[in-house]
Amino acid sequence: MVAAECLTLTAAGLYCSAGDFYIDPLRPVPHALITHGHSDHARPGHSKVLATPETLAIMAIRCGPAFAKSTQALAYGETLKLGDAEVSFHPAGHILGSAQILISLNGKRIVVSGDYKRQADPTCSPFEPVRCDCFITEATFGLPVFRHPDPSAETGKLLASLQIFPERCHIVGAYALGKAQRLLALIRSAGYDRPIFLHNSLAELTRYYAGTGLAFGELRPLIATELPKLGGEIVLCPPMALESLALRGDAEPRKVFASGWMRVRARARQRGIELPLVISDHADWDDLCRSIIDSGCHELLVTHGESDALVYWAQQRGMAASPLHLMGYGQEDIEGQGEERIGTAAEGSP
Amino acid sequence: MNRFAALLDKLSFEPSRNAKVRLLVDYFKSTPDPDRGFALAALTGALSFRHAKPKLIKTLIAERVDPYLFDLSYDYVGDLSETVALLWPRVERSAEQESISLATVVQSLMGASSVEQPHLLAGLLDGLDETGRWALLKLITGAMRIGVSARVAKQAVAEFGDRPAHEIEDLWHALSPPYLELFAWLEGRAGKPETDNPAPFRSAMLAHALDEADCERMPLEDFRAEWKWDGIRVQASVGQTPEGRKIVNLFSRTGEDISSAFPDIVEALAQEPLASFAIDGELLILRDGRTQPFGVLQQRLNRKLVSAKLLTDYPAHIRAYDILALDGEDLRPLPFDERRRVLESFIAAAKTARLDLSPLVKAANWNELAAARRDPAAAGAGIDADAIEGIMLKRADSAYLPGRPKGFWFKWKRDPATVDAVLMYAQRGHGKRSSLYSDYTFGVWRNRGDAEALVPVGKAYFGFTDAELRELDLYVRNHTVDRFGPVREIAHGKNAGLVLEIAFEGVNRSTRHKSGLAMRFPRISRIRWDKPAHEADRIETLEAMLKT
Repeated sequence: MVAAECLTLTAAGLYCSAGDFYIDPLRPVPHALITHGHSDHARPGHSKVLATPETLAIMAIRCGPAFAKSTQALAYGETLKLGDAEVSFHPAGHILGSAQILISLNGKRIVVSGDYKRQADPTCSPFEPVRCDCFITEATFGLPVFRHPDPSAETGKLLASLQIFPERCHIVGAYALGKAQRLLALIRSAGYDRPIFLHNSLAELTRYYAGTGLAFGELRPLIATELPKLGGEIVLCPPMALESLALRGDAEPRKVFASGWMRVRARARQRGIELPLVISDHADWDDLCRSIIDSGCHELLVTHGESDALVYWAQQRGMAASPLHLMGYGQEDIEGQGEERIGTAAEGSP
Repeated sequence: MNRFAALLDKLSFEPSRNAKVRLLVDYFKSTPDPDRGFALAALTGALSFRHAKPKLIKTLIAERVDPYLFDLSYDYVGDLSETVALLWPRVERSAEQESISLATVVQSLMGASSVEQPHLLAGLLDGLDETGRWALLKLITGAMRIGVSARVAKQAVAEFGDRPAHEIEDLWHALSPPYLELFAWLEGRAGKPETDNPAPFRSAMLAHALDEADCERMPLEDFRAEWKWDGIRVQASVGQTPEGRKIVNLFSRTGEDISSAFPDIVEALAQEPLASFAIDGELLILRDGRTQPFGVLQQRLNRKLVSAKLLTDYPAHIRAYDILALDGEDLRPLPFDERRRVLESFIAAAKTARLDLSPLVKAANWNELAAARRDPAAAGAGIDADAIEGIMLKRADSAYLPGRPKGFWFKWKRDPATVDAVLMYAQRGHGKRSSLYSDYTFGVWRNRGDAEALVPVGKAYFGFTDAELRELDLYVRNHTVDRFGPVREIAHGKNAGLVLEIAFEGVNRSTRHKSGLAMRFPRISRIRWDKPAHEADRIETLEAMLKT
């Protein structure tokens, strides 16, 4: 097995002894390679961090400038020798700076996908398939019921709702890093040009995204006490804030949520979402399958998410496939109940 | 079909009744005949597709999706229609398929034989997108569960045509899908449709719970008091066709026709010499002149077959407390006192013993009334006291108004330590109950923003018989909308859900519960198969008990 020769699963996470580094480790380690800036993958406290320049900048924003003792940036496509191994980062299309990590060792190639998607997203570089012997894929939406629709049709629903309920404030829950900015871009490209009100916790990351050359139109800070005056406006907030903002009843807000989980009605109803938008930064079932085929791998390991169906699908195609039980992923932004969090929470308790 | 699917989709996520009505009005305005009429029929339960059973749907999906992947998906999604809608393979669709009308879908499915059905349904599913497939499967299986009652749909029709809601209700039984004449009238293109139903349902007048703090401001002499009978509210509507044939319809308070369950009542009323009348009253079981408690009546409810033995052992009666029409005259605009006089002479002249009069409760002041409520037996109810659950108060000068108008009718329940709650979650029990869902979490209504939502208030796992447990277990299995490990979520909402009457020994404050309170010793005192979920109690009822 290719993976077994190169990688070991430790309590801290996936470890490559040939290069003496960890990938997205769960606890502080001497040398960490980080796929992207979401907090279940990018944790503070490592001695040395290697990541794309964008991921390093995002980590500095989220964890403070002292998130690691030292950092090293590696742009997409550049190669770095670490011990006997060679590593390079390739666009994953998940969020700004997100990367798949290719490890080459003894003529074998292993790709750790991190989180990825294949849908178009103007806020980050598109996914690039990387040929490999062993593909280690995420499976957040690893069930054939998950097929993400065209995201512009979903934002179209939001704008249509504003037409039907012009006096009601539309509060849109969107994960602070990546989803919020993609949503802004989608709403603007649909021709909506009114100011959009941003919850405070989205401000700094959105500013960083704008600094990379993205135009989000007029954004205004949300002052919660002024919510009753925002009838007919769009407010963007992290999922965690959705409930408390919506409880300010006098504004009669409409609860909107942008997430791949909104594909399943019960998931939306559990949270009392009135307008679910199926917009995800993860690959859906078809794109997971397509990406596995594109990688040309003969060995597949499936990490966090719904691994059973994907492992079964790959085995049916003659691949050596098995689940890789990494604990701790899919817990992105526990305090904010980000996209991945809902799935696990919903399974755990009524 | 796409418009209808989009409507169902929006309705299913909309918690506010007003907003639902608005979405419906918008749909009626923007959708042509006959599609809007078929949509209205779907929402009021007027369509049925007898060949389209879950088994057929499972067969179709098994031909298209790997069974293991289907099982994983179904387990995750928890709803057959939704799972199939999401899993159905994408095929190339023609513009014609995509723009198929609801009317075409309904008419072709209704016209197809059971042999043609699979091919036809598969073709329709091929032609629709996910929302369309979901809506189609919901439509044909008849299990919409999107929180829109027939009442809300009719309310929307009324608002669409700017008519009072009861006018639509009164007309309803004379209409049939796709309601062309109804829409023509509402749009001013034709006259009002003729009501040729000789025995229609008239919207029931409902009561508010009495807030005892308000008693002081309510002069008792303005009101008439009656016993609140512990049976089921019914409306007996009798009329004659132009050919002189007698029609007897027995309706529940929501207008559901329950005549077939009570042939004894129907037969008795048909013998009455008067050509037409409509009585509002309580359906009760009487044995040897004694009114039986609700538990006895329950034996006659939910029976598919009404056996001769059932009719003999559980003889049904109507205790009348209002008269809505007599000999072609609508009495509803009359004040209560005048209707009461008509009712009294009507009952006095009635031939059948299955119809009697609900007596007025005499009380000179609130103290006397409170005493009657505490001890109905001593206040004139005698041996019937077990079948009384409180006092009704009705304004002497009030007309009979449809719906639940404020300030006219009040119910003052006898036992304050029960609450009507809605079943929300169920879990399997342990030991000998390990295979049955016997632990029930229930909730009451609470305002959330401008909408009402159920909030869990407690859990009960006893109070029912073994037979009732099996019924509850079956209910749980048939109404599961989601699973969380061992816990099943049961369909609950304004238009779906099972009401449980919970008896308990008081309420404590609790920070551990979302509702902020905990009930002491809650148990299921009875299962209210007859009560719509939206009529369950509100959190304020329990909160009021905290103070005492």
